[in-house]
Amino acid sequence: YPPSVISPTPSSEFGYVGIDAILEQMRRKAMKQGFEVNIMVVGQSGLGKSTLTNTLFKSKVSRRSVMTTEEERIPKTIEIKSISHVIEEKGVRMKLTVIDTPGFGDQINNENCWQPIMKFINAQYEQYLQEEINIDRKKRIPDSRVHCCIYFIPPTGHCLRPIDIEFMRHLSKVVNIVPVIAKADTLTLEERNFFKQKIREDLRANEIDIYPQNEFDEDAEDRMINEKIRAMIPFAVVGSDQEYQVNGKRLLGRKTRWGTVEVENTTHCEFAYLRDLLIRTHMQNIKDITSSIHYEMYRVRRLNENNTKPNGQPAIHTNGVPEHEVLSHEM
Amino acid sequence: LQCSSELMVPLLFPSYILADPREVIYLDKIQFEEGARAVPLSGHVGFDSMPDQLVNKSVNHGFCFNILCVGETGLGKSTLMDTLFNTKFEGESTQHNQPGVQLKSNTYELQESNVRLKLNVVNTVGFGDQINKEDSYKSIVEFIDAQFEAYLQEELKIKRTLHSYHDTRIHACLYFIAPTGHSLKSLDLVTMKKLDSKVNIIPIIAKSDAISKSELAKFKIKITSELVSNGVQIYQFPTDDETVAEINSTMNGHLPFAVVGSTEEVKIGNKMVRARQYPWGTVQVENENHCDFVKLREMLIRVNMEDLREQTHTRHYELYRRCKLEEMGFKDTDPDSKPFSLQETYEAKRNEFMGELQKKEEEMRQMFVQRVKEKEGELKEAEKELHEKFDRLKKLHQDEKKKLEDKKKALDDELNSFKQKKTAAELLQAQTQQAGSSSTLKKDKERKK
Repeated sequence: YPPSVISPTPSSEFGYVGIDAILEQMRRKAMKQGFEVNIMVVGQSGLGKSTLTNTLFKSKVSRRSVMTTEEERIPKTIEIKSISHVIEEKGVRMKLTVIDTPGFGDQINNENCWQPIMKFINAQYEQYLQEEINIDRKKRIPDSRVHCCIYFIPPTGHCLRPIDIEFMRHLSKVVNIVPVIAKADTLTLEERNFFKQKIREDLRANEIDIYPQNEFDEDAEDRMINEKIRAMIPFAVVGSDQEYQVNGKRLLGRKTRWGTVEVENTTHCEFAYLRDLLIRTHMQNIKDITSSIHYEMYRVRRLNENNTKPNGQPAIHTNGVPEHEVLSHEM
Repeated sequence: LQCSSELMVPLLFPSYILADPREVIYLDKIQFEEGARAVPLSGHVGFDSMPDQLVNKSVNHGFCFNILCVGETGLGKSTLMDTLFNTKFEGESTQHNQPGVQLKSNTYELQESNVRLKLNVVNTVGFGDQINKEDSYKSIVEFIDAQFEAYLQEELKIKRTLHSYHDTRIHACLYFIAPTGHSLKSLDLVTMKKLDSKVNIIPIIAKSDAISKSELAKFKIKITSELVSNGVQIYQFPTDDETVAEINSTMNGHLPFAVVGSTEEVKIGNKMVRARQYPWGTVQVENENHCDFVKLREMLIRVNMEDLREQTHTRHYELYRRCKLEEMGFKDTDPDSKPFSLQETYEAKRNEFMGELQKKEEEMRQMFVQRVKEKEGELKEAEKELHEKFDRLKKLHQDEKKKLEDKKKALDDELNSFKQKKTAAELLQAQTQQAGSSSTLKKDKERKK
């Protein structure tokens, strides 16, 4: 039943069919279902990860906020801790899961410290895959996949350290990485710009693809927006959950003897850009890239693992058709 | 380095222990509602833009909607589609002499403000025209299943592109009931019963201007009760979202919708309206006192299009998928057995299919070889025959030739002997003449003395 695609000529006056009402229907459905987002924070202890997370979501959503005192010590091994909260804004409900990685980069020997994190991320993909291939599966598969990994770079001002490169090189292949310069209020603007440039060079030299990735730009408009973002990454951020009075207004900031750093002031730091990117404009996109690209790549790898021939070569063509199926038609 | 995770109190989003991603141990199943603490926000964060982000993505992507119209020929299916979507779809009206029920699919691209809709209208051609209608529903069921199958195939592929997949699964089935005014035909009941677990059925009374208002009320009641008593599950407009619960539940009570379609415009007062003009009055399509067209449009398009799509995916498709996979021999595993036996069964099934495929190939090859041999044999036979024929003809020809040569010889001999005789006779004649002339001369001489 070959379909023919035609654009029919619309009648003149009785214009309105009501097709665009589907937008409202979708919005209603989304509001009812709510959203899930899972954000991982990675970086050495003391870089302000928890504070930044709390600042991003204007509430006590980080691990430190629910931690008991015994847990305040730096762990001897990397731990992976997930904490979920439900937050609501203007009728939109979101289940936010913050995945913290205490112990990362804190040991004397940090070799392969990226491994447990990679394993965790893959385990979430695995869990989703298992549910997806069930015969009797849930209406809505719970999504624990890590949508975004914020990587905290200490503000040395020089260039990326080997641990940064190692981590980002490995993890950028499986998850969206958003690197940020932590505690950026210790850098002057010139130092900041220099640092950023060096970082970008290092990323390019090591072929590290951070979010938003070049190859996933959908169209010219997308590319334009994303190029602007790519020119600013990594964002130099400052976090704070304390409010101070500045010029008659109560603002989030860090008060020092020489002035108050205003977190949401873009001339002070780039926190607002990070927040806008992660939450206000690209959150859906981050989730989409995770599910339609990173997850799919994981799935392809997993399903191919069972199909390798004894000599180790994969027996599957890229469209999923096994090799000898293709050949047999050339009788 | 070791990795550990802990359940936090009072937290409740469990994490996973992993030495090896394959040995994921589930601590708990995650529910969206339960398990996470609610916290208040101290300021505007901005994730209230999420529905907009989601909607924008869908707008960029475009939407698709697939409607199946089931009903006898002549019930105004095409006209109703034209009226609903306010366009003139191409196509000629169908004949009544189709040998079986066929499904004809047409795709149209419509746009309204920034919404691009790929609308697919599938019509049942020849439904109800046959003398024996026992199998009429089969091609419809097959068609619906084929769309599910195509999606399932895509979903099972290793490298797949689900997000850009052109979804052809039927989202809504408009079942056209003939306006007899009495009850449903048995064909209607049988067909709807076969379809109700596969597609969202919205029954409508076609050409309802043929029925009077009072008869219509009775007809609707009869239809509804027949559907209920036969256990036919028609689509219920959803009443769980309070924004639309009220209008949806009211409309549920008006089913089946009595519709009238028309693309012709008639002037009523100072407006042009779509209507059907009769000598005794004019039926206005968009007048709710005249028919339920507006209700249908409201429900099908303006209020529940998204829900129809969702039900198709989460209920009908899932059911198809579950049945199909079970049929193929898959089973879900118990929680404590190895998590990948589905993979292995999938593999085993695949190998089985491949084995069968190879066997079939081998058979085909054999058959091919056999055929070639036979053909060769036939050709050899033919060749032999031809040779024989040739030889026979040659011999015949030679015999003929010989005969002719003999005849010729005989004739030549005759001719020769004739010639000889002729020559001898001529000689004799000449001699006789000479003797006669010389004797005449002698006689003359004697006279003269």
